[in-house]
Amino acid sequence: MKSQNRRSFLKTSTAITVAATGLTPSTAHAGPTNILSPDRMGVLVDTTVCIGCRNCEWACKTAHGLETPPLDAYEDRTPLAKMRRPDETALTVVNQYENPKEPDLPITVKVQCMHCDHPACVSACIVGAIAKHANGEVVWDTDKCIGCRYCMVACPFQVPAFEYHKALGPRIMKCDFCSERRADGKLPACVESCPVEALTYGRREDLVRIAKERIKRSPDRYVEHIYGEAEVGGTSWCYLAGTDFDSLQFPKLGLNPAPGVSESIQHGIFAYFVPPVSLYALLGAVMWTSRHRHDEEEEQS
Amino acid sequence: MNDFMRPQPVTKKFLSPGVIVLLLLAANGLAFLAGRFLFGIGAVTNLNNQYPWGIWIGIDVAAGVALAAGGFTTAALGHVMHREQYHAVVRPALLTAMLGYTMVAVGVSIDIGRYYYIWHPLLMWNGSSALFEVGICVMIYMSVLYIEFLPVVTERFIGRVDLPGALARLNAPIDRLLRWLDRMLDKMMFVFIIAGVVLSTLHQSSLGTLMVIAGPKMHPLWQTPISPLLFLLSAVSVGFPMVIFESLLAARSFGLKPEMHILGRMGRMVAPLLGIYLAFKLGDLFIRETFVYLKTVTTVSVMYITELLFGVVIPLRMFLSPAVQKSPALLFTAAALVVGGVALNRIDTFVVAYTPPYALGSYFPSIGEISVTVGFIAILVLLYRAAVLIFPVISLPDRALSPQSKYSVRG
Ligand code: SF4
Ligand code: SF4
Ligand code: SF4
Repeated sequence: MKSQNRRSFLKTSTAITVAATGLTPSTAHAGPTNILSPDRMGVLVDTTVCIGCRNCEWACKTAHGLETPPLDAYEDRTPLAKMRRPDETALTVVNQYENPKEPDLPITVKVQCMHCDHPACVSACIVGAIAKHANGEVVWDTDKCIGCRYCMVACPFQVPAFEYHKALGPRIMKCDFCSERRADGKLPACVESCPVEALTYGRREDLVRIAKERIKRSPDRYVEHIYGEAEVGGTSWCYLAGTDFDSLQFPKLGLNPAPGVSESIQHGIFAYFVPPVSLYALLGAVMWTSRHRHDEEEEQS
Repeated sequence: MNDFMRPQPVTKKFLSPGVIVLLLLAANGLAFLAGRFLFGIGAVTNLNNQYPWGIWIGIDVAAGVALAAGGFTTAALGHVMHREQYHAVVRPALLTAMLGYTMVAVGVSIDIGRYYYIWHPLLMWNGSSALFEVGICVMIYMSVLYIEFLPVVTERFIGRVDLPGALARLNAPIDRLLRWLDRMLDKMMFVFIIAGVVLSTLHQSSLGTLMVIAGPKMHPLWQTPISPLLFLLSAVSVGFPMVIFESLLAARSFGLKPEMHILGRMGRMVAPLLGIYLAFKLGDLFIRETFVYLKTVTTVSVMYITELLFGVVIPLRMFLSPAVQKSPALLFTAAALVVGGVALNRIDTFVVAYTPPYALGSYFPSIGEISVTVGFIAILVLLYRAAVLIFPVISLPDRALSPQSKYSVRG
């Protein structure tokens, strides 16, 4: 009985090792897409031009079928006084900050998803429901999402929002770079609605060049920093500002892609399933020898 | 004397005053849970767009997985290293792990917004997501635990299948099926036992990778690239204390004599394990120079020091003392400290350390969240009690006292 056990032990172990190694190549790279095309589009937000009219907020809600008061209501500037964040009811919001250079002209900053080049949300999503497309957009797929909110934990800009008050089918809500409008050849709704061209839509490469030129032409107007050019490995939306980005509540982030550390740990543990399979083999060996030793002791006694 | 101990169902009544309290707590939790399913997560919890994860993840899932580590540590000791003298605690530990992981799975499915999509990770893979790895490993490991528990079920019912009335005709075939299952499992079990240990090391550590991606949102005291290693080490060191903790608790509640000779010896093994964990924890603290955050008294510094002092240093010292290894009360205290310390570490990592860049307030669990978590723990204890009354899990002195009744314990 015992020896038969041991023979089946060996047979099964071999079968498992073969099965596990046969599994590796096709599955190790499964995951959501992250296409970084040189032609990916972006938006340059020039906060020194923005007048805080909030037309973009209205246009965004209208384009995405979200509830909104009529455009006239946005002439009221009181909501600007309080810091707001994009949420499930508004995918973009405009915040107001004091202007140290000209106190009468407050600085207004439009916020939305940055459409990162190496998005933490894409790396994190358990089912690959978020993907970065060749045209620059980072979009969410309602057919996959399980509502775990790990993307919210991961996003360094605190962008994705969740419909906490829906019992069925709650969605992750974030700016989708007007995916549908752009597919129809239209501009993003906010860009189209901006009366002062604070928002420039174009290839990200061109936008960075334009931004550099603007800084060079009017060094007094801008701080020498394009936010999003290098932060967390680059974002498709970039910002220009007249004062320090810290004072405009932009998060201070490193230059490495946000998912970097986590992904290298993850891939280290799972490198082609070698570590787990070796551990399995090792434990099998320990188990076999200790059982063997035990049997011998029993036979002797 | 160990020779005459054999796992068998405990003969006791299910109801007791304590059980009634637990039933009330469970009912209260389920009532709030109904609210979550009728009106959404926001109606019952204090979670919002700034704080996406709360105690349902921090306690029900993260601490739950850690505290169920007794299953794989005792399996490694009893089966892989083949230390027969520990077999008496393998089954209780297995039962705790099985119920613990079931609670984790239920905890996850009530926390995710679209619980009916819980199966998605099986088909939709994202290899770069730590959460995906945790999810898959937990799902597979839970099935493995159920398989490991099957021999206990077959042992209970072989030769005792007695269906009433018209179903009585099925008695013989079911019995044959059980016997066949039992033989198969006996031959195959080692596959699952090793798989269980491998899966555990994988997801216990990946659980520590989860918050790494949150980057600067995490307090530096807990945001470290060696977080997966720390999680694995702490899970390994909480395994035996958890077994000691629940064995003493069960012995107390059923009025049995605690198996101090086994538990004391397990306690002795805890000290070096805790020592390794402590060394890495301190090394991390000094290499990354995060000790500067401990110089001022803040919530985080208090939490960190509590976790380390009461959860690691004090029990480490206690487990080294022979007096503690012999005294049930002291052994229980030391084990409880480790259990509490590791649970606190998980809560710290997932809840306390998380500060969103644009916080409009702070997070504290709502009555609903606390009720559901407490309710789940109550249900867990009730299920454990029911299981040891039905199945041969706890080793008791064998009434037959015959040497023939000694046979190697499966599962
Ligand atoms: S800003 Fe956040 S949500 Fe948007 S792409 Fe980057 S990580 Fe994803
Ligand atoms: S909430 Fe949805 S999109 Fe976000 S990580 Fe979870 S499954 Fe992915
Ligand atoms: S529409 Fe243009 S100017 Fe008006 S708030 Fe938006 S970005 Fe600023």
